[in-house]
Amino acid sequence: MTALQLENVSKFYPSGDREIFALGHASLEVGDAEIVALVGPSGSGKTTLLSIAGGLLSPSEGRVMVGGDDISGYNPNRLTKFRREKVGFVFQSVNLVPFLTARENLLVVADFGRRDKKKAAARADQLLGELGLDKRKNNLPAQLSGGERQRVAVGRAFMNEPDLVLIDEPTSALDTKLGEQVMELIVTEVRARDTAAVIVTHDLRMTRRADRILAIVDGVIGDTPMS
Amino acid sequence: MKLALLELRRRPWRFAPAVLALVLLTALLLILGGLLDGLYTGFTGALRAQPGPLLVYSADAKVSVPRSRIDAAMTTEVKQVPGVEQVGGLGTALLGAEVSDQAAQASVALFGYQLAPRGVPAPPEITGQVYADTSLKAYGVKEGQTLLLGPKRYPVLVVGWVSDTNFMLQGSLWGSVDTWREVLASARPDLVMAPGTYQVLTVSTTQAADPARVAAAIDAATNGTTHTVMRSVASDSLPGIKQQRSTFIAIISTTFFVVALVVALFFVLLILERFGMYAVFKAIGASSGQLFSQVVLQAGVIAVLAFMLGTLLAVGVGALIPPQVPLQLTAGRAIEVGAGLLVMATLGSALSLRRVVSIDPATAIS
Repeated sequence: MTALQLENVSKFYPSGDREIFALGHASLEVGDAEIVALVGPSGSGKTTLLSIAGGLLSPSEGRVMVGGDDISGYNPNRLTKFRREKVGFVFQSVNLVPFLTARENLLVVADFGRRDKKKAAARADQLLGELGLDKRKNNLPAQLSGGERQRVAVGRAFMNEPDLVLIDEPTSALDTKLGEQVMELIVTEVRARDTAAVIVTHDLRMTRRADRILAIVDGVIGDTPMS
Repeated sequence: MKLALLELRRRPWRFAPAVLALVLLTALLLILGGLLDGLYTGFTGALRAQPGPLLVYSADAKVSVPRSRIDAAMTTEVKQVPGVEQVGGLGTALLGAEVSDQAAQASVALFGYQLAPRGVPAPPEITGQVYADTSLKAYGVKEGQTLLLGPKRYPVLVVGWVSDTNFMLQGSLWGSVDTWREVLASARPDLVMAPGTYQVLTVSTTQAADPARVAAAIDAATNGTTHTVMRSVASDSLPGIKQQRSTFIAIISTTFFVVALVVALFFVLLILERFGMYAVFKAIGASSGQLFSQVVLQAGVIAVLAFMLGTLLAVGVGALIPPQVPLQLTAGRAIEVGAGLLVMATLGSALSLRRVVSIDPATAIS
């Protein structure tokens, strides 16, 4: 089954009398349990593609299917529900809630989804255990190291048992060693859960573990020589 | 897990400016309300305490006790009106009172009465004996003490206490009709009235009677020489009462508006600061409604906390205010202020709804 399918997806923004293309006629399929790395220079459309795939933006044209559901025509409320239930995000700057503990940062996802509290607590504990954060789960983000924070962010992305995980520049703020550790962690978690993942990065060293590498330039997707 | 409550608990300093502002505004609201209540009760206590629902004035007095005169013939006519149960004469004299061991004079309103007001015993049988309002304790008045009234220093003996019976912000003294007449003859011989003449009549009605109809019947029976009003109308007709109330209500309303403004500005700024966090929340599936409810919950908790602290502050300030100042802090007023604060804080926080809705979840990832 295909976890993510983009068919001829474009995104453009009006600018005076003209339209600025952020993404042009992009087509892409990501299978279940497949990890795709999306590389490209700044402003190439990586983030736009990730945002459309995650239901954060609606495409101007084309069709977006996630887990078999066509989300292209979803209104903002349905997109909110879709993100809550089907997608996990790992943000570039981690973006943990500073006044919540590691465990609460995971539980907040279930809280917004109004999930069963006991089940959510059990899942958060399980994820934190698997991420090696058992003893750090009651610490605030400020009390965690950079790597630990990144692990919490990964745990949060998996909290809602998503069909698709979208990861934005996970190593941009980390040194090479820590970056590789985080990449290793992401790949391990994605593979362990048979979840599809799209990882946006412009750091080619981070793409080694991906199943496929796609390049995007000026809003147009193409396979890279490394794929 | 309530995000809003966790943030309040773990980052209380962040909300301190709003809480501090609302504490001060709460104290201000309570003190303003307390002054309004204190002024009203201090002005109207003697009239509100009257046993009957109706007060009869002479028509030309324009509902003013000092200007009104009701003679014996009018009293007889009033007594014969169907629905009238009891009629009692009431007279007053506004005087200065010398209190032994006190340098300053106390301002008093001496009443002579036939029907005992609520909370006031039957008139003392001995002329020259009076019950004093407890507010006069602030002027050093004690039970068993003799007060010297007016320029001729007419002596009256305080034989007991009554409460909430003041008139025109003057501490009241309640004696027999004879005591009133003697004091008036001593202090204001020009105002002495013929036997059987009083300033106003207090009228109680039979259970089946409609007081408004009885009032109209009284004025008809006296051929329009009387003007009979309900007790509440008599109270509200005292000079300055309406102006006081409208002035204070305007100030209190403005203060409530400031409460809403403070809360609105605080949360608008807070949401600007939280822009990134809210974008992430929206990206992971939070709806605008869920985020907005967190804001409203925080505004509510802040309002409740500020109300509690503000009440303590108002009570503390009230304790420092001299007892002569008519400040009356009541539970009823506090409940009103608390409810108003909660409503205005909620309305204020509601102004941030547009900002919450406008946060684009896509900014979490860009």
